[in-house]
Amino acid sequence: MNSIFSGTRLRDMIRSIRACKTAAEERGVVRKECADIRASINENDPHDRHRNLAKLMFIHMLGYPTHFGQMECLKLIASPGFPEKRIGYLGLMLLLDERQEVLMLVTNSLKQDLNHTNQYVVGLALCALGNICSAEMARDLAPEVERLIQFRDPNIRKKAALCSTRIVRKVPDLAENFINAASSLLKEKHHGVLITGVQLCYELCTINDEALEYFRKKCTEGLIKTLRDITNSAYQPEYDVAGITDPFLHIRLLKLLRVLGHGDADASDLMTDILAQVATKTESNKNAGNAVLYECVETIMAIEDTSSLRVLAINILGRFLSNRDNNIRYVALNMLMKAIAFDDQAVQRHRVTILECVKDPDASIRKRALELVSLLVNENNVKQLTKELIDYLEISDEDFKEDLSAKICSIVEKFSPEKIWYIDQMLKVLSEAGKFVKDDVWHALIVVISNASELHGYTVRALYKAVLTYSEQETLVRVAIWCIGEYGDLLVNNVGMLGIEDPITVTESDAVDVVEDAITRHNSDMTTKAMALVALLKLSSRFPSISERIKDIIVKQKGSLLLEMQQRAIEFNSIVDRHKNIRSSLVERMPVLDEATFNVRRAGSLPASVSTMAKPSVSIPNGVAAAPLVDLLDLGSDDIMAAPSSSGADFLQDLLGVDLGSSSAQSGATPGPKAGADLLMDILSIGTPSPAQNNTSSIDLLSTAGINNNPSNALDTLSSPAPPHIATTASAGGMFDLLDGLSPSPSKEATNGPAYPPIVAYESSTLKIEFTFSKPSGNPQETNVQATFINLSPNTFTDFIFQAAVPKFLQLHLDPASSNTLPASGNITQNLRVTNSQHGKKSLVMRMRIGYKLNGKDVLEEGQINNFPRGL
Amino acid sequence: MIHFVLLVSRQGKVRLTKWYSPYTQKERSKVIRELSGVILNRGPKLCNFVEWRGYKVVYKRYASLYFCMCIDAEDNELEVLEIIHHYVEILDRYFGSVCELDLIFHFHKAYYILDELLIAGELQESSKKTVARIISAQDQMVEAAKEEAGSISYIIAQTT
Repeated sequence: MNSIFSGTRLRDMIRSIRACKTAAEERGVVRKECADIRASINENDPHDRHRNLAKLMFIHMLGYPTHFGQMECLKLIASPGFPEKRIGYLGLMLLLDERQEVLMLVTNSLKQDLNHTNQYVVGLALCALGNICSAEMARDLAPEVERLIQFRDPNIRKKAALCSTRIVRKVPDLAENFINAASSLLKEKHHGVLITGVQLCYELCTINDEALEYFRKKCTEGLIKTLRDITNSAYQPEYDVAGITDPFLHIRLLKLLRVLGHGDADASDLMTDILAQVATKTESNKNAGNAVLYECVETIMAIEDTSSLRVLAINILGRFLSNRDNNIRYVALNMLMKAIAFDDQAVQRHRVTILECVKDPDASIRKRALELVSLLVNENNVKQLTKELIDYLEISDEDFKEDLSAKICSIVEKFSPEKIWYIDQMLKVLSEAGKFVKDDVWHALIVVISNASELHGYTVRALYKAVLTYSEQETLVRVAIWCIGEYGDLLVNNVGMLGIEDPITVTESDAVDVVEDAITRHNSDMTTKAMALVALLKLSSRFPSISERIKDIIVKQKGSLLLEMQQRAIEFNSIVDRHKNIRSSLVERMPVLDEATFNVRRAGSLPASVSTMAKPSVSIPNGVAAAPLVDLLDLGSDDIMAAPSSSGADFLQDLLGVDLGSSSAQSGATPGPKAGADLLMDILSIGTPSPAQNNTSSIDLLSTAGINNNPSNALDTLSSPAPPHIATTASAGGMFDLLDGLSPSPSKEATNGPAYPPIVAYESSTLKIEFTFSKPSGNPQETNVQATFINLSPNTFTDFIFQAAVPKFLQLHLDPASSNTLPASGNITQNLRVTNSQHGKKSLVMRMRIGYKLNGKDVLEEGQINNFPRGL
Repeated sequence: MIHFVLLVSRQGKVRLTKWYSPYTQKERSKVIRELSGVILNRGPKLCNFVEWRGYKVVYKRYASLYFCMCIDAEDNELEVLEIIHHYVEILDRYFGSVCELDLIFHFHKAYYILDELLIAGELQESSKKTVARIISAQDQMVEAAKEEAGSISYIIAQTT
């Protein structure tokens, strides 16, 4: 077969692709076609190019890779004939984008075509340039395009104008060059040229202040006249859309006037009349008219204050809002959000209608309306609006509940007149949409509950009632079990009854039922279960009469598949069982949580931890310095260790898995799963900024773990060789130092001078690591560490490798070790350089892993170093 | 500005895509998948706007085809509806009561027309007549070139 007649025609290819019944079949056809096209490309026959590219474009649209056709586009563009160029440019725009290097190759062809004698070829080149040019091409070809703005044919002028729009977007520096050319376009009569010219001016005004001033001075009046002429013009069939002459031109003119009038009273003054005319005379029964009105309203609201016009604008929006057409209502809601800034009262008048829109079946409208409602809320209407929204929450779509509940929560939080109302509303939200609310919402609720001491009894009873009905709402359950754990005694004894409450009878075992239910339900997540476990521990002290039953529930959790749960269950069990004397002080009520700190933390300003320290800790009974528990969370994020590049990914993974210096880290031969750490964080975070009461009855889980160290000796024997610093961990004071790493007095160390005592960083039966420190002068953030590895065993270690990882605020540089063989009783050294970006605020902390071969067997040792001298 | 234009059939098949902002091939298929999922599933009487990744997508259904244009959040949605309609009317005139099949077999024509309507994501021409005139002038040039090439360019003639 002759090469000219090889392959199928475009039409046939499309037919055969359409005839495919399955995706696999289609892939087959496409694969075969692509193979043919590649073969044909290799033959390099110019007659096939045209068709090949057309086919490739179709294949490309179906989503298959077509990069091998890119060069064919360039060849077609470079060929002399119009048909080839036309399809070549189309392929270029379709198959390539501005980020592909190949595009640079076309710059020269484009330049030639921009100077072509045939205006349609020039048009093709302008179109391609306008659609896909990169910044470099824009720079190279800007002079050509600028010249073409003055071209004799309007078709080229308008294309050049839009092409310039793209060029100044890509390279704003070039804007100045286009100002004169653009202003000449504003005098045109041809609508296409006028539209594109106005667009170019608009673009220039937004990019360049000089341009804005220039157009404001020279062109405002001309533009107003153009707008007036077009508004008043007689029927022109060519441009008429639903009774409006060229709405597109209308809209662009209004848009340009908007930037010219904004911030300039004189210019604004000039355009008042015409804006009033457009606003009153434009027909609003068709979409085209509404589009113009919409643009006009935007312009009125953006230009300098002309109050009578604004009344007109608000009235138009009011009309839009009651329109039956969803599109118009959507637009109205959108605009009212802007209008609220200068006329709150006028928008408030439409409140009822807007609330109706929140319940619209259309998700787009609902979303807009909800945004708007949240702007409308103030102290006076918050109760009524919240009630409406919560009522709707009950019946709204599942997928809307998340947005809606989040909005209600933020409204309630922001404007709540009193605490009891806040708590009531939040309980309603959690009952209806507890599955959907975000963590910080219920965290905040707990902080508020904790602060409202006179409402503890009321809250815990209300929660108890709610959780019986809505036990499937996860976050409601969490808040409820937290409160039952804390205030279980108030629940049972009906303490602090408010006048509005109906008395309820709850026995101790009813209360435990709720918690048991939460811990045993299969779909409760880890956080809930862990919270339930803590609640049980607390209840065991609050309800001594049924502590046996509670103990049974705790014991059951020993068999939990979750390591963290298992461990806690064992620990708690031993507290319940053997340490009755300290139990009651151990599980005392949480001290009042610090609202201010929580809010600051929530706002995401991390330095909060430092400022907390400075704050007088009013609420702490014993007056002991507060170590905000929330800082644990902070460490949590720091804990994402930045491992030095030498270490492998799995190593990092392992390091991450271990949670911080708490004894749990040492409790198993393998580090706990990451989820364990998360859980711990979560449990701790409930309390957020909880100050320590005193050293013995310090807080919650964390310290129970510490105190628990002795009883759970059994655990320790299971664990890998315990690093020496576990001793420090056991004392609550030391623990805070380790964990929050900020309690210290920052200024002291600076003057301390460079003498830091050496430490034993790690010691096992076979290996000891010592660190000595020195500071290079001039950079307090940097520390040189010399690590000495001492072999305590009678055997030689080969392939010795030391790896270390540090939190994000540290940078670690490892020099090569002096040797990778560690002879019996010998030692090797290795230098480390640590840069502490939080010098003076946080201490060094490091996690390490040592690997070596002992008698041909791989040995792995791991540890965490928390006992660095302060001030490094 | 218009960031991209998308024509999707009722069955989710892509009939035309035009990108005025840079999207990689991967992003393009993701965008198409995501949007056709959202738009094809919307009920008939809802508004024609979808908020998506901080942008707005204006769509309108004509017979079996959805015409979608993605615009900035502050752009005039109602006008974009008019632009879509404008494009459809021009297609209709060009093909003579256009149908999906016209756009499948003559997809390049649909692109040529779009290029006479939009450049750099902005409207270029508000007159249907002008667009039609420029397109037919270019079509004639192609025809003339074909005739001139005569026998050798048999293949090109078959493919366009």
